[in-house]
Amino acid sequence: MNSIITHSPALLIAIPLFAAFITPLLSRIHRRARDGFVLIVLAATELLALLLAQDIYANGIRKYVFGATLPSLTHPGTMSIPVRIIFEIDGLSIFMVLISLTIAFVAAIYSSSFFKKEDGLDRYYTLLLLVTVGMVGMELTGDLFNFFVFLEITSIASCALIAFWVDRGESLEAAFKYIVISSIGALFVLMAIGFLYGQYDALNIAALANSIQFTFIDKVALVLLLAALTMKAGIAPMHMWLPDAYGEAPPSVTIAVVAATQASLYGVLRVCFTLYGKGLRLNMAAVGWTLIGLGLLTIFIGVTMALVQRSLTRTIAFAAVGEIGYMVIGAGTALAAGAQNFATVALKGGVFHIFNDVLDIGLLFLVAGAIIYATKERDLNNLGGLAKRMKCTTVFFLIGLLAVAGMPPLNGFASKILIYESTYQLNPIISIIAILSSILLLAIFVKIFYSLFLGPELPHLRDVKEVPKGMLVAMAILATLIIIFGLFPGYVLQTIVDPAVAALSNPTSYINAILGGA
Amino acid sequence: MNPFVPIDTGSGFWNPLIWVIVFIIALLIVYVIRGLGRGDYKKNTGQTKPFLSGNVVENDEQLHVKGGNVYWGFTEAFKGYYDKIKNMHTGDTRDYVLWFLVMMVVFFAVVLGVM
Repeated sequence: MNSIITHSPALLIAIPLFAAFITPLLSRIHRRARDGFVLIVLAATELLALLLAQDIYANGIRKYVFGATLPSLTHPGTMSIPVRIIFEIDGLSIFMVLISLTIAFVAAIYSSSFFKKEDGLDRYYTLLLLVTVGMVGMELTGDLFNFFVFLEITSIASCALIAFWVDRGESLEAAFKYIVISSIGALFVLMAIGFLYGQYDALNIAALANSIQFTFIDKVALVLLLAALTMKAGIAPMHMWLPDAYGEAPPSVTIAVVAATQASLYGVLRVCFTLYGKGLRLNMAAVGWTLIGLGLLTIFIGVTMALVQRSLTRTIAFAAVGEIGYMVIGAGTALAAGAQNFATVALKGGVFHIFNDVLDIGLLFLVAGAIIYATKERDLNNLGGLAKRMKCTTVFFLIGLLAVAGMPPLNGFASKILIYESTYQLNPIISIIAILSSILLLAIFVKIFYSLFLGPELPHLRDVKEVPKGMLVAMAILATLIIIFGLFPGYVLQTIVDPAVAALSNPTSYINAILGGA
Repeated sequence: MNPFVPIDTGSGFWNPLIWVIVFIIALLIVYVIRGLGRGDYKKNTGQTKPFLSGNVVENDEQLHVKGGNVYWGFTEAFKGYYDKIKNMHTGDTRDYVLWFLVMMVVFFAVVLGVM
């Protein structure tokens, strides 16, 4: 067991990567063998992540070295630095890995029923596993170039998945937009990495964080990283690719892309709090206020645009844009508040909301998928009276809508109250806008709930039946997590959120874990 | 570790357990009030059907307010805002890239100007 835990950082990448290329072969044997294999692989990977999390919470940051075990092991005469990649896993990394793997697992369960009658699933599962590898890699690695590589894997695999329904022009267009935006973002990330490498002859995040001098080039690199990663995270006004991608992809793909978007947000946090963490002591307040402004803009645009959509999936997609704003406000308040007490509360709220957002928005997208599956309709004007025929789906949607709108006692409220109260102490206007937007979000989802489930049965929907069990199980997992996180938020905060926040607040421990011993 | 530990929000606390208990009490009060109502009404008669100002509705479907109409008044009141914000969402990839460049300039101004 100890050996498994020791090598778990590598296995978290290796197992789904290996499985990704085995899946098409298993497809040749039987569809069920392939589906079962993917589920077992993702369940095993999730279990491995839980074991690693337990180890990290008990023993602190974990370091895993590929290549030269010591920094002194360089190639004689030709190179001054060792050939190696280091994975560095702290509280934040493992928090994000748990999110990514939970969503990947749920997506696989949902897919096994949702795509029962579709072709091309061997490639679908390969791509889903590759997205998982990319996300987990971005979150585990302690190397900037390696981060770029995993970012690219995530982007390319996500693009192919968004275009899964190749016969729909909208899906192809959304995939095209996604890859253009992703490629441009990745290009600027690579350029920033080049600037930092040219300056400090290092790619390791901890080594760079320790060396950064805040020269002009360092600041340019910061701008490039921030711009590219905030665009990938869907922050307004660079959010426009997101409703296209979320709205047109199959729902199981959408929740994987939601998790991938959060992995980019993880990149923003890592850059601001760790890579430039020492700069926090200089003047990151300006960056904090910029993030708060962008967060408010993101919430406002996302929520108001959601109100006027006619497509079910695009409405949820715009609501997802709005939700991203809350996390950004949390992070921005923590930067702007500096050493004040409420900075930590804001960061807790922002980080906790990452998990809550994935669960809430994820559940709503799965419900949307269930409705599309059952009715073949996505236009809100053509839907209504489904509650009688789809009782379980109705309950799941109700849970999702209350959670995403921040209604107590569900999980969305737990993280939002931390954000409201901390931002109020920084500036009450931020808090007021955030609360009003949340109320508007509730109004939007009440509208959708009414449009979809209430009212008389529509004639063309009289033959609608409840969706298959696999889809219900996937939705039930997310709904259960939403209720558990809502009823026991203090426990969740202490167990998984506090270590993540501590990792962000204390970049020195991240730096020392590498430079102190390696 | 106590699973019911409340959240410390900095200036207060949040304990969902208290909320759930209050909610259950509220439900019980609602149930009691409901019990005080009259039980001698006639089911499946005009007493239990919705009253629509005396209008006869032959088709149930006509009762359904479509999703696009629910907040018509709100969107009409903010028409000016919505015209602008909808125009911003062109769906053109070149515009998406343009917004990225605009935001990069903003970030440059903030980081290079202030830090």
